[in-house]
Amino acid sequence: MSDVKKFLYVNRKAPYGTIYALESLEVVLIGAAFEQDVALAFLDDGVYQLTKDQNTDGIEMKNFSPTYSALGDYDIRKIYVEKESLEERGLTIDDLQHLTYEDEDDDWAEKDSIQVVTAKELAEIMDQSDVILSF
Amino acid sequence: MAMLHTVNKSPFERNTLDSCMRHALPGSAILLIEDGVVAATKGTAVEGKVKEKMGDVSFFVLGPDLAARGLGEDKLIDGISVVDYNGFVELTTKYDNVQSWL
Repeated sequence: MSDVKKFLYVNRKAPYGTIYALESLEVVLIGAAFEQDVALAFLDDGVYQLTKDQNTDGIEMKNFSPTYSALGDYDIRKIYVEKESLEERGLTIDDLQHLTYEDEDDDWAEKDSIQVVTAKELAEIMDQSDVILSF
Repeated sequence: MAMLHTVNKSPFERNTLDSCMRHALPGSAILLIEDGVVAATKGTAVEGKVKEKMGDVSFFVLGPDLAARGLGEDKLIDGISVVDYNGFVELTTKYDNVQSWL
């Protein structure tokens, strides 16, 4: 299909304090139905969206973090996390959920979805995207 | 008057915590809530500023907001006390007044 566009969803807010993270996730899931080339970027406070072991029992809000592990089932394979943003927050990739997808071109091998990229690399990814949706 | 200050914004996104710390007098307390809790974790770019202020004011952080963001108590800066909602209420009664920095 020639009209496939490269979509990039840019996530820059921590979860739960504002509605942006949940809204972004919902738009991503809706958008996934349109068979476009989808990538997600997490930078600035957006990196907190992907932390593992989130438990929202105490704040009586829905814990939407398990939904990120379903993105692979929607054929979303490119999840970029900015290195500088992790470092500024004392976080490493080990603090984040392990997200994977199954590669149909490689005998459904399970592969990592998350790629840690530098700000410079992320700038290139943004530059090469057709549609950027920012949350 | 000893004041309880609450801060609900991330220090990486807003200058709320900076402004609060600039105006919090010795003997007062700062309670980090909602997205503000990220300032209580170790190894961040704002850790130094928080530690410096800890000499003057007491720092507290709301446990349920930490848990929601997957931030374990093992990640906290030493000397910051975790409180639950009851503890939040107790702090508001212990201090003379409350200032909510938004």
